[in-house]
Amino acid sequence: MNAMGWALADGWTVMRRNLTHLRHSPGEMVGVLISPVIMIVIFGYIFGSAIPVPGGGNYREFLMPGLFAMGATAAVMVTIARVAADNGKGVMDRYRSMPMARSAVPFGHTGADLVVGAVGMAIMAIAGLIVGWRVHNGLWSTLAGFGVLLLFTYAFNWLGVLLGLLVRNEETADRLTPLFFPVTMLSNTFVPTEGMPSWLRTIAEWNPVSALVAACRQLFGNPGAPVSDVWPLTHPVAATILWSLLLLAVVVPLATHRYRIAGRR
Amino acid sequence: MVDSIVVAEGLHKRFGTTEALRSLDLRVTEGTVCGVLGPNGAGKTTAVRVLCTLLVPDQGSASIAGRDVVRDADGVRKLIGLAGQHAAVDEKLTGRENLVMFGRLYHLGERRAQARADELLERFDLTDAAGRLVRGYSGGMRRRLDLIASLITAPPVLFLDEPTTGLDPRSRNEIWSSVRELVAGGTTVVLTTQYLDEADRLADDIAVVDHGRVIASDSPERLKAVIGSRLDVVVSTVDDTPAAAAALARLTGNEPTVDGTTVSAAVHERAVSLLTAVREMDAAGVAAVDVALREPSLDEVFLALTGKPAEEEVAA
Repeated sequence: MNAMGWALADGWTVMRRNLTHLRHSPGEMVGVLISPVIMIVIFGYIFGSAIPVPGGGNYREFLMPGLFAMGATAAVMVTIARVAADNGKGVMDRYRSMPMARSAVPFGHTGADLVVGAVGMAIMAIAGLIVGWRVHNGLWSTLAGFGVLLLFTYAFNWLGVLLGLLVRNEETADRLTPLFFPVTMLSNTFVPTEGMPSWLRTIAEWNPVSALVAACRQLFGNPGAPVSDVWPLTHPVAATILWSLLLLAVVVPLATHRYRIAGRR
Repeated sequence: MVDSIVVAEGLHKRFGTTEALRSLDLRVTEGTVCGVLGPNGAGKTTAVRVLCTLLVPDQGSASIAGRDVVRDADGVRKLIGLAGQHAAVDEKLTGRENLVMFGRLYHLGERRAQARADELLERFDLTDAAGRLVRGYSGGMRRRLDLIASLITAPPVLFLDEPTTGLDPRSRNEIWSSVRELVAGGTTVVLTTQYLDEADRLADDIAVVDHGRVIASDSPERLKAVIGSRLDVVVSTVDDTPAAAAALARLTGNEPTVDGTTVSAAVHERAVSLLTAVREMDAAGVAAVDVALREPSLDEVFLALTGKPAEEEVAA
């Protein structure tokens, strides 16, 4: 096998290891399993009762693409915590003293976390269907919607690897969590951007999360099409794919480099 | 000169204001055990981390079987195994899952990784615990699993960083016998330790490390001969200590130290034994409660080699 092949094989081994952790401690999955339900109750029924959907329609149909996008963004937190926790452990020293591919550990982390993200998204979709969310544009469009969500999730998993290596320990990783809520809130996730003050509205419209939410609404055929003429919102699918690829192009080399040199100086 | 499989020359490493290594030199002959002996913070772990490619030295060079640890790190990684004080195994996996995972990462292939795991678990008596999560292992079992994990590919050079620190005597003995078994198989072992008796029992050569450099390097026998054994005499009352000290000084030719009712002196001559000590005390009219001839402690080794007690630095 060539170097690339071994790198993939090693990444697969580390990914299986992370998934085995979850099999042994299913408790760690509880958050992933129940948070969608909590989100739907809080936003769909509590806040949603007071929020009108632009152009009419069911708020919960408007909300679900936002919750999917929130799940995709939260991927960064899942990965930061896991990478930061792993990095302090002796097992990382053993990995580094072995002749394995240097990129295997970050690829394994992101691979496993993508699987976790997909499971979370499936549960979110089932919960959504129960409360009246529907897809309206047929199979391919629906699959494209989830494809875009997973691409975005994967990019954020990689961002999580980089940040997890930078923060160095679990405690700091935990303290970062609240900082990610504004990122999802400052967007069209829960409310239309039209009512925001203009400076805030500009930030929200250029927020990649807004493009993702708009892309999902478009592909799933859910209400709340943006009445904005900024490019990311008039071409939400292309914009989301570009944002994700751009993030991956920047973060993957940085994170693998960071992993390679971590602890060596 | 005999070929050295592990060579370190003039290693320097600084962490902030702490100089962990100050021109450390080390040579280890193939097929022998080198005991790197020193107090906490002397630079033992830093030296091992440089030799295992985990740290890049600020100055100096090191090689394993002629491969440079910085320029050919991957080449070195194929030759070494590392086990240490921070048991480097995955707590959230079972013992067997750990070994199979490491086997896969050593590219043994699925079937051989499984077979090798079972073989090692059996050989090191961990078969019963193989299916349990490492989280629930005792300290000794973890260390043993860690040691096994470094043996998957039967590497020619094995680094053991304080393998028995914090272990109970029984677990210590188990690790010791495992190490002896490996050495019998031809593995070169570099072992760091804070315990003189551990280095004495396992090592062919001892390098004493203090403040980031090797201050003495010799066989345990010659090192001990230089330092000498210690003769302890315990007397019943403090009033007897001057007479006991005088008698010990006559017998050993060395200046005794007094601690409470214990009088102690270095012994360099073989002619001095428990019997001659008891006779000397009798002749001096000292009622000795206990007389013992023992190995010097690490503190006494340091006192003999540096003229000052071993002091602990903040571990880097």
